[in-house]
Amino acid sequence: MATEILMPALSPTMEEGTLAKWLVKEGDTVASGDIMAEIETDKATMEFEAVDEGIIGKILIAEGTEGVAVNTPIAVLIEDGESADDIEASSAPAPATLNDAEGKAAAPDTASTPDTRPTQPQVDTSPDWPEGTAMKQQTVREALRDGMAEEMRTDDTVFLMGEEVAEYQGAYKISQGMLDEFGPKRVIDTPITEHGFAGIGVGAAFGGLRPIVEFMTFNFAMQAIDHIINSAAKTLYMSGGQMGAPMVFRGPNGAAARVGAQHSQDYAAWYMQIPGLKVAMPYAASDYKGLMKTAIRDPNPVIFLENEILYGRTFDVPDLDDYTVPFGKARIWREGDDVTIVSFGIGMQYALEAADKLAEDGINAEVIDLRTLRPMDTGAILKSVMKTNRCVTVEEGWPQGSVGNYISSVIMQEAFDYLDAPVINCTGKDVPMPYAANLEKHALLTTQEVIDAVKQVTYR
Amino acid sequence: MAARKAAKKPNVSAEELKTYYRDMLLIRRFEEKAGQLYGMGLIGGFCHLYIGQEAVVVGLEAAAKEGDKRITSYRDHGHMLACGMDPKGVMAELTGREGGYSKGKGGSMHMFSKEKHFYGGHGIVAAQVPLGAGLAFSDMYKGNDNVTFTYFGDGAANQGQVYEAYNMAELWMLPCIFVIENNQYAMGTSTKRSTKSPSYWERGAAYGIPGEEVDGMDVLAVKAAGQKAVEHCRAGKGPYILEIKTYRYRGHSMSDPAKYRTREEVQKMRDERDPIEAVRSMLLTGKHASEEDLKAIDKEIKDIVNASAEFAKESPEPALDELWTDIYADMAPQTA
Repeated sequence: MATEILMPALSPTMEEGTLAKWLVKEGDTVASGDIMAEIETDKATMEFEAVDEGIIGKILIAEGTEGVAVNTPIAVLIEDGESADDIEASSAPAPATLNDAEGKAAAPDTASTPDTRPTQPQVDTSPDWPEGTAMKQQTVREALRDGMAEEMRTDDTVFLMGEEVAEYQGAYKISQGMLDEFGPKRVIDTPITEHGFAGIGVGAAFGGLRPIVEFMTFNFAMQAIDHIINSAAKTLYMSGGQMGAPMVFRGPNGAAARVGAQHSQDYAAWYMQIPGLKVAMPYAASDYKGLMKTAIRDPNPVIFLENEILYGRTFDVPDLDDYTVPFGKARIWREGDDVTIVSFGIGMQYALEAADKLAEDGINAEVIDLRTLRPMDTGAILKSVMKTNRCVTVEEGWPQGSVGNYISSVIMQEAFDYLDAPVINCTGKDVPMPYAANLEKHALLTTQEVIDAVKQVTYR
Repeated sequence: MAARKAAKKPNVSAEELKTYYRDMLLIRRFEEKAGQLYGMGLIGGFCHLYIGQEAVVVGLEAAAKEGDKRITSYRDHGHMLACGMDPKGVMAELTGREGGYSKGKGGSMHMFSKEKHFYGGHGIVAAQVPLGAGLAFSDMYKGNDNVTFTYFGDGAANQGQVYEAYNMAELWMLPCIFVIENNQYAMGTSTKRSTKSPSYWERGAAYGIPGEEVDGMDVLAVKAAGQKAVEHCRAGKGPYILEIKTYRYRGHSMSDPAKYRTREEVQKMRDERDPIEAVRSMLLTGKHASEEDLKAIDKEIKDIVNASAEFAKESPEPALDELWTDIYADMAPQTA
């Protein structure tokens, strides 16, 4: 049967091209793979190969013709014994794209945002632990280790890998005692190769394990970010749900003290942007423990952003056998009617100090600790803003494209009519972290800046 | 390929030889059809064909057992067909349809099959190398004797993460076979213009990893090397490197201007070293198969490929709801 040879699309964007040269003539026999013609586009000249075998019955487009649209018949391939004349009056050029009609009809509906939004968001305000629960004092460091160790006791696919996690007992002593308890098979020292060991961790997760990958700090995870995003976060989607990377990437994030620009970045806003990742950034020890246990059990890749300055800080931790904190549930540290202060991680320190001082001036701030940034409990923020009508966000990261920017846009879109003042984002300064003590102090966020912002939005 | 030792009398049955012929032919015909569908606008984006390299995956699959894993780059159609994935599902993924392995959400470069232990299809050059070492890590951790075939090209072989993975693979004795498919061109850059050292497999020595160079146009040579590598890994001796010298007849992707090598070079390879022709001639001269037998195989393959193309054209586009599924495991579909 005679078949038409169509002008091929030789690149994703090609719409038309020049049929530069025919390398076969009418009557020639071609086999699959033989080069038949040279096609020229604005980018390159490319060879066009035969797909089927047959005889060139007729050449429909002469060489040198410019502007030949993709899918235009350019020649006719016949089989032995057929005549090219039989197919003289051939079909018109095929349509350029296949699904025009369907595409147009389907475009606007399901994917769009619903226009009716609840005026009062549904918020989970249940307490984190039952009333009357016994509490113990623990540092963030101890709480983190307990969270990991408890999960490793119950699930033997969980293991910890990273630089200095085993024999050194953790560069920041987070994994103290874990090598002794779990042995070198499950607490694994790696060479200093973040890109490589992050990739091995993701591969191990593909293979059915539950790795905890420790970065000595998240600054070094930039060497591994391709695996975190392209390999871990996107695979579940790219595989149509067949496989993903259930694992935790953890380590200290943000500024420590006097370590300069390359060791002092807050990555909250970066990771929060990625669909497929979950992002936790706790403040209190109980949340470090409860969220770490939830992160290890979660079937998705979780970014767990810790803070070196908080590691030694002591908090109350509920003395329960299996204490977990759900993702996407903010914690209200302080209730108030005058202004909502939203923060997370070490930013909470400034938020709470500012709230204490503001109370002395008669301003009652409601302080919200997001605890996880993705999923984010925007309902808790909106509910509070609908009460206070004012909001200040607090974070150590840079201002442009910050977590606060996102929160501001959510409030503007969902609670604009409730706002009595513009939302202010308190952030770190828009500079690489300087080393000099005085400059570093100015680059960081201060409690006074939070107080000033609150006074601005409350017009005091 | 001077280092290659003279081939011993092949230890292979007529049936096996026919199977290799069939499996290689399936890849070639499938890829030719994919090229055709691309030209028709049914396949979009990037599409990297495997034509010319068929003996690599078919030879190595002949050395694998159930449970072994494989992972590769974006030139992945041949690997999927060789490990037994359904041509219909692969082709329908290429056309971005619901019946594709990733429901149309992955495309040519991103396909997976848990059932066949195929872990992708990765679009970032060399990312699959540490991932493959990680898969091998998971088997070592579980204490079974599975191995992982980690494929990458001569282009990827210059990436730093390959050597990070080599170091840890040997340090932890991971059962990982690093397969360098050296087709001599990283996109349009010949190995001579990118790499000073003469061979890639020898770099393993710096990490204590043994390896060898293999004639990738000879499916039996590939199989024999694969068996040796597999034996090494299964015995708990750590990773192994196979640098398989091969050649791709087509461009790097469909939009390849082919200005970096001569047409004569490609033609010479096709005429003199074609892996499928070699097996075909072995079958005929050894009287293991008649022309009729081979014609029947050709016909069978043609039917399979045509059926896969029909399926790929007729399978519907994914429902728009699919935009919001599979972002998180065990969670309701996301919404705006």
